[in-house]
Amino acid sequence: MRKFAEIRKSLYVALWFIFLTFPIMVIRINPLEKTVEWRWMNMALVGIGTFFLSFLWRYLISKKEEGSKRAEEKQNEKISKLRRLIENRKIIAGSVVAGALLAAVFPFVVSLYQTNIMTTALIYVMLGLGLNIVVGLAGLLDLGYVAFYAVGAYAYALLNYHFGLNFWMVLPVGAALGALFGILLGFPVLRLRGDYLAIVTLGFGEIIRLILENWNEFSFGPSGISNISRPPLFGIELSVQNATVYMYYIMIFLCLVTIFIVKRLQDSRIGRAWVALREDEVACQAMGIDRTKTKLTAFALGATWAGMGGVVFAAKTTFVNPASFTIWESIIILCIVVLGGMGSVIGVITGAFIIILLPEYLRVFSEFRMLMFGIILVVMMVFRPGGIISGVRRTYKFEGKNF
Amino acid sequence: MLIIKDIHTFYGHIEALKGVTLEISEGEIVTLVGSNGAGKSTTLMSVCGISPPRTGDIHFMGIPIHNLPPHKIASLGICQVPEGRHIFPHLTVAENLDMGAFLRNDKRQVRRDVEYVFELFPVLAKRKKQSGGTLSGGEQQMLAISRAIMAKPKLLLLDEPSLGLSPLVVRQIFNIIFKINEDSRTTIFLVEQNANLALKIAHRGYVMENGKVTIADSAGNLVRNEEVKKAYLGI
Ligand SMILES: Nc1ncnc2c1ncn2[C@@H]1O[C@H](COP(=O)(O)OP(=O)(O)OP(=O)(O)O)[C@@H](O)[C@H]1O
Ligand SMILES: [Mg+2]
Repeated sequence: MRKFAEIRKSLYVALWFIFLTFPIMVIRINPLEKTVEWRWMNMALVGIGTFFLSFLWRYLISKKEEGSKRAEEKQNEKISKLRRLIENRKIIAGSVVAGALLAAVFPFVVSLYQTNIMTTALIYVMLGLGLNIVVGLAGLLDLGYVAFYAVGAYAYALLNYHFGLNFWMVLPVGAALGALFGILLGFPVLRLRGDYLAIVTLGFGEIIRLILENWNEFSFGPSGISNISRPPLFGIELSVQNATVYMYYIMIFLCLVTIFIVKRLQDSRIGRAWVALREDEVACQAMGIDRTKTKLTAFALGATWAGMGGVVFAAKTTFVNPASFTIWESIIILCIVVLGGMGSVIGVITGAFIIILLPEYLRVFSEFRMLMFGIILVVMMVFRPGGIISGVRRTYKFEGKNF
Repeated sequence: MLIIKDIHTFYGHIEALKGVTLEISEGEIVTLVGSNGAGKSTTLMSVCGISPPRTGDIHFMGIPIHNLPPHKIASLGICQVPEGRHIFPHLTVAENLDMGAFLRNDKRQVRRDVEYVFELFPVLAKRKKQSGGTLSGGEQQMLAISRAIMAKPKLLLLDEPSLGLSPLVVRQIFNIIFKINEDSRTTIFLVEQNANLALKIAHRGYVMENGKVTIADSAGNLVRNEEVKKAYLGI
């Protein structure tokens, strides 16, 4: 009975799609010969194609629902296979070693182009982990994150242009400036939450971009700043090839530092305060958590990583202009956090690789690349709404005799 | 211990408290009863600093607290269980309790206190790995109270702990409030609609109407008071 209803629904979907695509898929008007060509074959293809896709979709959804029902029954067995895999110590140790080896030899086994893409992905890992503090842990929806990225990038570009400061000197400056701007944004939005916060932060991001675009004397306007120097190795300027490889290792190092610090933060007092703030503001205040300080540190620490990411970005591309810091960039980073799994470090890393690398490797599909990307994102969110790896929280253990 | 002197608290232009004065001594259970919208929750929020009073003084153990931010007030030893059980829905029961002890550094004592609240509420021990949001209403209320106990407050503010609970659970919770007061001499300020039960365990009580305290008396006298009987005890 159920099957029959499913088939009927899929049939409706197919009919609807035939109707929708009729003008573009079936009718072809040839304006030169003034003829109309009816391509009935296409109609059949659209119909059959959507029917099967829709049926498959329904089948997968119902499978998934059954799965979650079963999981509820076995309450404690809720941990998915993926989670168990991640928590198994031997597998962790093994994959860490394998990952480290792979990361170490990566630039020598693949082309320079691949190394470059990987460096970009690593920058996004860092940005994702930073935004994860704000969105995933503290629950503050920040759509202006790219502003801090821009601050870092322009900090390096300008300091390098005017004073010839090198990468290593500006890296901490970029981080500090990021934090400063984080606090600057944090103050006015202290009382905001959810959608209001999202709108104000979005505005903030655009303000920074517009300033960079229009204040010609300061930022050289839309044409940007070029010929930014690459990071030197012990004072030696490297060739382009070597610099690319060097950049890759710098990013690996920075990512490791980020992961370490974020992990530590998560388990710290301030990490717990962020989680409490995300969960319930009134209760968080009643428990004696300083709401103002907690929010500001979340913004500041999140922005710190964006500031550093910006410095690296400027050094890698040796060119910055405002077009690199549009709202689209913020959304990509947010996608990384949400898709990967809010609050989970491994999730965010996976998310960054998928979001940044997938479009690159989908290039074979040429013009359908972004469409495929969109479809993959939608499918992932439907089947893993908590993110690829949903927040693996440290669980507290109390030892006692009564339980 | 707590002295509230003529406080006026506003929500925008609305004056929710129009000069509230009351006093709580150490070791007491004091209840505050009143109809809906009388300003009971607002009084607690003012004490906690979440909605601070515009004028008037609040002193806690001799320290003026009406100008302090909420976390400073909490660190002096005042903990509120807000109306409508604000638990942390995505954290487990154990993690919720751990949040209660946020300001404490004595790990070993914290662990002992966890055992203590699990003794008070054995259901919570069974559910300690379940996330707070999936508990039943009554269990959530127990968790909210337990979390406040974990903070080891000197003064515990309870806002309608009986809200939406079955009579049996209400009685159980009131017994435990009484026990907390007996066991650790925790002073308790109890806001309640269920005046019958509240006056049974309280030493003293205040009646509030329209943002003002109208009657202040011992619990025994309030139960016998004709006005209170008619308006709040339903007799
Ligand atoms: N956040 C708020 N913004 C505006 N007005 C509020 C707010 N909170 C409470 N009020 C108003 O303040 C008055 C007192 O509210 P309060 O919550 O203190 O009442 P209460 O005595 O706790 O009532 P109940 O028994 O229904 O909980 C009410 O008139 C209410 O409308
Ligand atoms: Mg109330």
